[in-house]
Amino acid sequence: MSSALPLPDTAVPGFTSDRFAAHLAHRSDQPAWWLEAKKAAWNQYNALPLPARTDERWRYSSLKDIVLDGFELPSEPASAIPHLPDFPHAAELTFSNRQIVDREKITLPAELAAKGVIFVPLDEAVRDHGELVRKHFQQYPVALGSEKFVALNHAFSSTGALLFVPRGVEIALPFVVQHTLSGPGKATFPHTLVILEDQAKATLVEFFVSAEPGSAHFASGVNDLHAGDGAHLTYVGVQNWSNATQAFQSNSIAVGRDAQVLSLNLHLGGRQARHESHSRLLASGAHSEMLALTVAHGTQEFDQRTLQSHQAPHTSSNLLYKNVLLDQARTIFSGLIVVDPDAQQTDAYQSNRNLMLSAAAEANSLPGLEIQANDVRCTHGATTARIDPEQQFYLEARGIKPAQAHELLVFGFFERVLSKLADDNLHDALRSFIQAKFKNL
Amino acid sequence: MSQLQIKDLNVSIGEKAIVKGFNLTINSGEVHAIMGPNGTGKSTLAKAIAGHPDYTISGGDVLLDGQSILAMQPDERARAGLFLAFQYPSEIQGVTIANFLRAAVQARLAEGEELDATAYYKRLYTKMDLLKIDRKFTSRAVNDGFSGGEKKRCEILQMAMLEPKFALMDETDSGLDIDALRIVAEGVNAMRGGALGILMITHYQRLLDYIVPDHVHVMWDGQIVKSGDKSLALELEAKGYDWVKKELAHA
Repeated sequence: MSSALPLPDTAVPGFTSDRFAAHLAHRSDQPAWWLEAKKAAWNQYNALPLPARTDERWRYSSLKDIVLDGFELPSEPASAIPHLPDFPHAAELTFSNRQIVDREKITLPAELAAKGVIFVPLDEAVRDHGELVRKHFQQYPVALGSEKFVALNHAFSSTGALLFVPRGVEIALPFVVQHTLSGPGKATFPHTLVILEDQAKATLVEFFVSAEPGSAHFASGVNDLHAGDGAHLTYVGVQNWSNATQAFQSNSIAVGRDAQVLSLNLHLGGRQARHESHSRLLASGAHSEMLALTVAHGTQEFDQRTLQSHQAPHTSSNLLYKNVLLDQARTIFSGLIVVDPDAQQTDAYQSNRNLMLSAAAEANSLPGLEIQANDVRCTHGATTARIDPEQQFYLEARGIKPAQAHELLVFGFFERVLSKLADDNLHDALRSFIQAKFKNL
Repeated sequence: MSQLQIKDLNVSIGEKAIVKGFNLTINSGEVHAIMGPNGTGKSTLAKAIAGHPDYTISGGDVLLDGQSILAMQPDERARAGLFLAFQYPSEIQGVTIANFLRAAVQARLAEGEELDATAYYKRLYTKMDLLKIDRKFTSRAVNDGFSGGEKKRCEILQMAMLEPKFALMDETDSGLDIDALRIVAEGVNAMRGGALGILMITHYQRLLDYIVPDHVHVMWDGQIVKSGDKSLALELEAKGYDWVKKELAHA
């Protein structure tokens, strides 16, 4: 499997100063503070070392496989964009090789625009809604090990979106952002900023897809998710890069008073995919539901690091990461719950469950707690199990083929996470991605 | 007209021989009951025929319409027309009855052929009504948290939907109260005759009051030691298995 994966041509230099200078030169219409921030990020990227074996935050990761050379920033959209499952949505923003395509689909329904909802590409957001971006962009940075790749994202970020929902506005249909890469050695740096003001309600779904299965791509993405007091935010990320892709993703979740954030990340693609997610429960009544589903096959490595920070009393968080592993695939889950001294009455839960479909697969789990308050309820746990042969036989005894029996049991295993999505159409879209992966195994 | 022939079948678990030279032929439309005390190999027989990987066939053959099924995988045997109604059906979290049955029905269609969902649900609801199963049942996970009666009704529902040529019913009466037993028996009786042959495994005669067998066989130490009609079951009930044991000792 690994030998069949195309690797980038490392003779081609990756993210060089010339490339960065060219990137800046194309953005002369953007505010000075933004360009300065990009320069600072570029300097930080260069100053930070590559992840080292001595860094506990990279324990179990295959560091030798991290390659930065051989990639380039595409400047032309791809000729074809992968077809995604269609479901009712409010508006859609599609990037193909970092260029906006189907621009008309971004247009908001008039009633949402009239209410002050903003949904624009990041480049335009910086130019037209500078103060909003400036206030919230990386206001709560994630520092779980990928700072170098976050800095690289910031230096080169142009794709991605700003979704701003004003106070009290509730939107049932999801907003969709799609990032597609096509062609060997292409790289992208999406940054999505979601700001829900107090009592607002919205859902954003982000797709990361490769147009062709064989290309080696590079992606470093960042999200800033802000839920104001009483807001309800749902974020769904679908990572379906090619199996030759190296992907980093950093999610920052800030939850206000009595607000609720549900984040669900589906991890299917990538040669090596690292995902970091940090929830901050900022005020009383804040709740963060952190969910992830992974199907790891071949020699894929999925590396997930999480932090649940309880910074105020009466806050809750619930993390459930479920992995299915086939072949020689590897997963790493390292999670930490931190309860501040005054965050009494915290209710925090963290669970990593691994279903092994192969004896050669490897699931690593490092759950952790750091509690400084004395009146809290925190539980964590990790389990690793194989498919129950009696269940498998039961399904096969009904004429269901072994591969499909596996798939049914995998969906059964995932159901508790999938069923937390209130939107049935979205639920079906995620299922279709998982089914497609099984079909192509 | 189909035929299931079990010829001189020997089954072992590991090194231990359980079924020892078992012979029986079942034709479409017939209901055969196999009775016997615990540990005599009844369930082993049923699971081995269905292809459970824990059981080794160490001799003999099982033929469905003249073709040996022993080289077939469990799912292939099922699609060929065998159905095992489990004594202890597995609980499968997160998989709804509707999705599970749909997958089983879909597996029987030709490659590329799509299931007619409307017709499927219509048929499903008809069968459920017959078994007095609430429609809400379809969105529950397979056997997950079901009562004993619900599990057995769910088995019969699957059997009704999959329309096997031969059903191996393993202790279908165990864990059922009299009302549940009656409902299950009604479901089975509605299917019996015609194209379905049934091998009914039971420890007690009670089930046979509701599903009256055409033939009754007594299994002892891995093989059939006595065969007769339904009166044999009544005789067994009256005299107990010790009676067979004594007869065997005298033989």
